[in-house]
Amino acid sequence: MAAPGLLDHLADFVRALRSAGVPVGVSEGIDAAAVLGAVDVLDRRQLRAGLATVVVKRPVYRPTYDALFDLWWPARMGDGANRPDVDATPVDPEALRDELMRLLLDGDEEALRRFAREAVATLGGGDAVPGRQSFFSYRVLRALSPDTLVSGLLDALLAGAARGGLAEQVARQTIKERIGALRTAIEEEVRRRVAEERGRDSVARTTVRPMVDQVDFLRAQQQDLAALRRTVAPLARRLAARLAAKRRRGRSGRLDFRRTVRSSLGTGGVPIVTHHRPHWPHKPELVVLCDVSGSVAGFSHFTLMLTAALREQFSRVRAFAFVDTCDEVTRFFAPGADLVDATQRLSREADLVWFDGHSDYGHAFEVFVERWPDAVGPKTSLLVLGDARTNYRSPGSATLKGLVTRSRHAYWLNPEPRRQWGSGDSAADVYAELIEMVECRNADQLGAFVSRLLPV
Amino acid sequence: MPQQSPAFASVADVGKRLSAAGYLTDPAIATTVFLADRLGKPLLVEGPAGVGKTELAKAIASATGSLLIRLQCYEGLDEARALYEWNYKKQLLRIQASPDDSAWDAVHDDVFSEEFLLSRPLLSAIRQTEPTVLLIDETDKADVEVEGLLLEVLSDFQVTIPELGTITAVRRPLVVLTSNATRELSEALKRRCLYLHLDYPAADREREIVLARVPDIGTALADQIVRTVRALRALELKKSPSIAETIDWAHTLLALGLDTLNEEALRATLGVVLKHASDHLRAAGELRLN
Repeated sequence: MAAPGLLDHLADFVRALRSAGVPVGVSEGIDAAAVLGAVDVLDRRQLRAGLATVVVKRPVYRPTYDALFDLWWPARMGDGANRPDVDATPVDPEALRDELMRLLLDGDEEALRRFAREAVATLGGGDAVPGRQSFFSYRVLRALSPDTLVSGLLDALLAGAARGGLAEQVARQTIKERIGALRTAIEEEVRRRVAEERGRDSVARTTVRPMVDQVDFLRAQQQDLAALRRTVAPLARRLAARLAAKRRRGRSGRLDFRRTVRSSLGTGGVPIVTHHRPHWPHKPELVVLCDVSGSVAGFSHFTLMLTAALREQFSRVRAFAFVDTCDEVTRFFAPGADLVDATQRLSREADLVWFDGHSDYGHAFEVFVERWPDAVGPKTSLLVLGDARTNYRSPGSATLKGLVTRSRHAYWLNPEPRRQWGSGDSAADVYAELIEMVECRNADQLGAFVSRLLPV
Repeated sequence: MPQQSPAFASVADVGKRLSAAGYLTDPAIATTVFLADRLGKPLLVEGPAGVGKTELAKAIASATGSLLIRLQCYEGLDEARALYEWNYKKQLLRIQASPDDSAWDAVHDDVFSEEFLLSRPLLSAIRQTEPTVLLIDETDKADVEVEGLLLEVLSDFQVTIPELGTITAVRRPLVVLTSNATRELSEALKRRCLYLHLDYPAADREREIVLARVPDIGTALADQIVRTVRALRALELKKSPSIAETIDWAHTLLALGLDTLNEEALRATLGVVLKHASDHLRAAGELRLN
């Protein structure tokens, strides 16, 4: 059994996980204690994997778990015991860069991590002002500037092979991965250092990154975007799988009276086996109308992805994009088409800009109704995606109202927080009276909405 | 249930014996398998297709010298296929064959006995007296109701048959569930399991796997293959190459007698790792094959 002090520490850790949004039940907490009793607590890798296996039940929680694990179970305190030159002999950044170059070329992760720790100790520290953070990852990264090593590394990895071809692409990928590992190691170490200074609870609150499906679409950074893309694709697949299952389940429809009576003749007029008419599945018709102007770039990217994913599962999805005029973009998302390619072609080939490239909802709606009058009908679910920022132009509410009346369902997904609706040039409050407007700021909300929307 | 001796002595022991069985582990896998054995909890392995989830269960079975019982899940899987079924044809025969004067009560009790019970994978795993590994494959393919069925089996290792009573495991089997995450499994099921997310392996481990499976291939070529596969995985493809496909690729290159992976070789053998036309185009474009 684990010692009481250790158990308190574990309980503390579990509490921190819960407050960071990782659901850890009571029984999982108990299991975690059992894990402490079973693994070798002094082996950090074992402990990390062992605890993860009981408390992390979805991959999205893993980064949060790792960050908190490093805070609660740090590898060492301070500079660590086994550093020979604790006092600050000014280090030569050039020498460090040479060392880094060698390590990156070698690709030994353990050595890279050790290097990162050294680098943070020597380069990351600033002047110790009481009450202020004194370690920063940007200092280390600026001093080392690993990105400037890329061309040298490429030369070394290619070892004389011709540039520009397959070999270079592969080498680039390898280098990218290794530099990424270095960055992560440096950030980890800085977080640990800061935690020592300020107490881990405050660090846990401020520097642990939000989970992927909680990242705000409008504020997503490059790194988050890549991670988000990976969460949206399975979302659509999951929805489709569930839809398909539900459709099949409604296999038998109304009783087929004639066939039942007919077959009952064989059993002396007793209808032992009943026959049913085949169920006629309702095919959802979906029209997506999507704002792709610059202000909602992060958001529209995902809605387009979702459109593409839905398009692969259902035959009757039509997608339209607009900035200040509107064009049909369904053709870019043919099943099997490559998504990255599709979004590029969309911005290049589709006719989306009419005047100045700022959103004009009124004009876009009018063009939509004029050019595709029969796109929205009584069987259609209409989905409008946009932030409803009209740049003080006409909102075209009458046109939208017409569309909403004609459709079966109509929804508007707005990537802005609800409290900002109607502020400034936002016409969200005007639209919200005509159409059901839903706040959709992250992948979580998007998932919740779509599972509610799709008619079955 | 009597206390049973654990199959593995330590985490290092897991790693050693699994690699002897042809499965190279990393610390996370070894620790999780060790805990599944030690704590007696089912192990849920989730991850993309082709990262060796099913292979892990097989390796555990062969490393511990256990019997492997496999329940393949699919849509429409039900109690009768997963748990047990009454052999009603035999029951009918029994009733017809009974002499006319035999009491109904006797026959009634008789036809619901062990003799007329057909064991399906879950029940047979529980009734084994020898060490057993129960593999429940592709759990996400089964309907949600099946998860409810699994709950009793996985938490208490017992099955209740109304006519016979509750059958409790004599010896707790080591349970491995796999899932491709096409749908989210229920919280109740996940809570009872240890969770292991298997992803594509790190470069070092994948290289070792290739070298272990295709010993004739040189270290340099193995390294090249693994790095190229990783570059392909970094692209946004519909289906990223799996470990099995990496190994196939190594076999292919070996069979063709190629000792380096250049543009020409890649173009000729890309079909081994990428199975979609759009992926081919994309890879060719990104890796500048033309």
